[in-house]
Order: sequence, then C-alpha cells, then structure tokens
Amino acid sequence: MAKLDVQIKDLRLKNPVMTASGTFGYGLEFQDFVPLEEIGGIIVKGTTLYPREGNDYPRMAETPMGMLNCVGLQNKGVDYFCQHIYPQLKDIDTNWIVNVSGSSPEDYAECAARIDALEQVPAIELNISCPNVKDGGMAFGTTCAGAESVVKAVRQRYHKTLIVKLSPNVTNIADIARAVEAAGADCVSLINTLMGMAVDIEKRKKVLSIGTGGLSGPCVKPVALRMVYQVAHAVRIPVIGLGGITTAKDALEFLMCGATAIEIGTANFLDPAVTLKVRNGINDWLDSHGVADVNDIIGAIE
Amino acid sequence: MKKYELNLTVRSVERLHERYVLIKLTDDQPLPQMLPGQFVEVRVDGSPTTFLRRPISINFVDKEQNELWLLVATVGDGTRQLAKLQTGDELNGVLPLGNGFSLTAPCHSPLLVGGGVGVAPLLYLGKWYKDNGIDVTFLLGARTKGDLLLMDEFRKYGRVMVTTEDGSDGEKGFVTNHSVLQQERFDLIQCCGPTPMMKAVARYAHEKCIACEVSLENLMACGLGACLCCVEKVKSIGDEAVAEAPATNVCVCKEGPVFNINRLLWQN
Repeated sequence: MAKLDVQIKDLRLKNPVMTASGTFGYGLEFQDFVPLEEIGGIIVKGTTLYPREGNDYPRMAETPMGMLNCVGLQNKGVDYFCQHIYPQLKDIDTNWIVNVSGSSPEDYAECAARIDALEQVPAIELNISCPNVKDGGMAFGTTCAGAESVVKAVRQRYHKTLIVKLSPNVTNIADIARAVEAAGADCVSLINTLMGMAVDIEKRKKVLSIGTGGLSGPCVKPVALRMVYQVAHAVRIPVIGLGGITTAKDALEFLMCGATAIEIGTANFLDPAVTLKVRNGINDWLDSHGVADVNDIIGAIE
Repeated sequence: MKKYELNLTVRSVERLHERYVLIKLTDDQPLPQMLPGQFVEVRVDGSPTTFLRRPISINFVDKEQNELWLLVATVGDGTRQLAKLQTGDELNGVLPLGNGFSLTAPCHSPLLVGGGVGVAPLLYLGKWYKDNGIDVTFLLGARTKGDLLLMDEFRKYGRVMVTTEDGSDGEKGFVTNHSVLQQERFDLIQCCGPTPMMKAVARYAHEKCIACEVSLENLMACGLGACLCCVEKVKSIGDEAVAEAPATNVCVCKEGPVFNINRLLWQN
C-alpha cells in the first residue's frame, strides 16, 4: 500500500481523490455504493447566500463522451445547509468542502463567513466559474479584476483553506490563476465546464432551457489536462485537477501534470462507485511501479 | 431502500414488436426488493453515441424465477443497442431507483391507465393488487392493435380494457374516450404513458375528484438525485427553505418518478 495522503495548505487529504461539486449531491446519495470515509474530500453542491430555484427544465443534453448541463446553482441556501444538511455530514470522516457561489463579492463573503463557523468543514471551493447563471458566477472568473475582487472579499471573512475554481472559458487561464493567487487563494481547482450548446433539428430549437450549458465528461479531458499543466507551472499554490476523469489512469495523468489532488465529476453518473475504483487504481499503479508515495509523481512531467 | 450496482445476466430477449423488446434478467444472488413504479439505470455498452445510463422502468419481477423484466422501446442508438443483447450477456444496472406507486392507499377499485411503452410498470403494479386481493382494471391505449404489449400477461392480474387510435382493437380513440370511464366509478387512478395522455387522464381524475398518480420520465443523468437535471416544478408546500416560493424544482429520479397530480402544476 503506497502512501496516498496529500496536503493542500491546512487541508490534509487521506488520498488525492475528491468529488466535484454538483456531481455527488451531499455524498449521502452515494452511500450505498461507496464508503464515504474512503474518499479524500467531498465537495458538496454549489451553495449560495439565498435559496435558488435554478434554471427551467430541460437542463441536460447528452453529447458524444459527455454532457451539457444548465442546472443554474439550484440550492436551498447556506442557512439551510448549515441547519439541515451539515448535521447529517459532520460525523462522517472525510473532508467536507462546500462549493460557494454568489452574485456579488459581498454575497460570496457572507456565505463563506457562515461556513467558516462549521467545525467539520475545513475548506471552501469558491465557484467563480459557473457558466449557467446570469448574475455572477463566471462573470467574475473571466477577468483578472473580477476574480481578484471576489477572492479578496472572501479572504477577509474566511480563515480556513480557500480553494478557487477556475473557468476554462478564458483566453489565458494562467493569468487568472496568478491573479487569484495574489488575492489570497490557497489553492486553485480547474476546470469548471466548457460553455457549449445543443440543437434539436426537428424542433429547430435549442435543447437547453437557457440555450447554452456547461460541457463535462471525458470529451473535455485533454483541454483540462493542458490547462492544469499550464496553471501548475504558473502558480506556487497547489492545483486540484478535474475535467473528464473516469479512470485511475486519467487521475495519474493529472497528478503528473502537476495536480496535488483530483476531482471526479460526471463519471459519478456513469458509475456511482467510481471514486473508490480510482483511488484503488492509483494505489495499484504506484505499487506496481515501485512508487512509495503519491507525492513523488505529482508534477513528474516537466 | 438500499440501492445496488449489479452485473445482471440476460436470460432472454424477446422482440414483441418492431419497436419493443422484453429483456428478462437474472442474477446469481436473489435480486433486491423492488417496488412497482421504481426504475433501473442501465449502462449501455458498445454504443459510441450513448454516454449516460438509460432509465428503464421495472416491468415485472418474478420472485420464483429470480427474474427482472425490462420492457424497452427502441427510440435511439442506446435502446437499439440494448435490443441487441443476447442470452448470457451481462447488463450493468443500478437499482432500484426512485419512489414507485402508492401501495398503501385504501382503495377498492383501482384503474391502471397506460399508453405505449408506458404500460410497462403497470404489470408489476397489477400483480401487487392481485396478490393483495384487490380487483384491478387495466385501461391500455395504443396507436394500433400491433402496439398493444403483453396483453396475455395483463389478463393474468385483472380485467383489461383497450383503446386504439385506429379502432383495430378495443374502443376507437384515446384512453380518456373509453366508455368504462363513464360507466364505472374508480377510487384511484395510476397512470404511465406519453405526457399528453397523462395530462388528459389527470384532468379527468381532477374533474371526478379521483385520486391520481402519474409516472414522469423527464430526461435524466444520474438517477440518484445528485445532478439535478431531471427536475419538475411542484407545489412547495411544507418546504421551509422555499416557503415563500409558489413552486419548487424537485428531482423526478429521487422524489418521483411517481407523483400525485395534486403536487404537480399541470392544472395551472
């Protein structure tokens, strides 16, 4: 058994496998398939200061080796999370991380401050990259100034490990990563979904209710891998890699490109036990290649 | 109910019609408990254009034979691939998912209304009624006689009424035109079929003050209530987080697929 634990600022993960926000519910939905304690970190659904109904149906379109979604941050708000969901999670021994979104820097900061008070949530992931909301979300994540404004506002009110999730829908993701690092982020995670579109030729209409959606799944993996490599070489803070990871081989590619940990997203829909299989697969590969510590392969590709 | 991911074994694949196949599955272990109206998310192997699992409603569970039946309409590449399965092949399924039809409502004369491939979950539901000593009536609609599926099976569990759009079998017209609805009084309607049909049935039930449940089939990804893609807007009664909102989005895969029509916004 190889040493699998990794460190991101004050966040200690027992293994580098995490779940991506919006693809694993609150973890509880997957309990019949995976012992949640075996997962390095669980990033729960995007949470906002106030409840959000999300976008209208249809919210999903299948694509070759992937899918588009335009859920639009449906959630019951941070107070509901703190009062009703957190009590169900706090005694399960994994790292519970809340994905935080908002429509103004003040909203983000207030939401983050309320989560700061939760003892068993050691980190948040700031979502400045949701492509499916009109107000906020990706609007902040596509300019250096916008990203900086949110991270600075949150940094003043949030004292634990601050992860910032980046959008791939930008000209130069390394510039955004540097701006986020300078504003006080402890870690960046990437990539969020790529903005896309689907068309129904019989109805001569757009498939999704808001016209566009975020593309995820194995089809985005090469783009994600390239961006993780670029960002890992542009910043000093740790990088979490995600985008189409379905197998241990995919995960190892991201680790070698410089990711300290990885998130599994859309693959949870195909195989509800995929997280455990990826963790075991990473361990098996390390063992069979005589690598004693997963940290020895992180950033192995120059 | 505990959910499982199982590699089931195909015992037989029977083509009922050019567009429908009946797949009978089994497992080495006794199959998990499943309720009428629940569904299975099946993985489709060997179809490059099929990325997601396909939700298929549970058609029937034969406990003695340890068999699970899935009635599949071949509507796209994924379901066409499923139709190519052969005896002995494996089929990976996540099951049982969702909340099925109410089985506790005190009722004496339930009417089960189905259309097209939507008749599928009513067979297992009809068996539950027969096992519990309740006389059930099936009202099944199809475009034409050839589209009526599993008629001999339905007759084992209750009285079967039929409508066809071309009049080739039973009464001509839609299920809501059938004379039995005028002649008899039912105290519960449970329905699965195309949305326009379910809406017409819901309208009838609402007018006659008959309790009514419908099974929705919104487009799904995960089937577990995680991705929030298959949402339906429902009345937000009793939900404190959204108490001020008139309606809230819930996952059909987790809160449904079966809903009481009083919860839906169809009458609006």
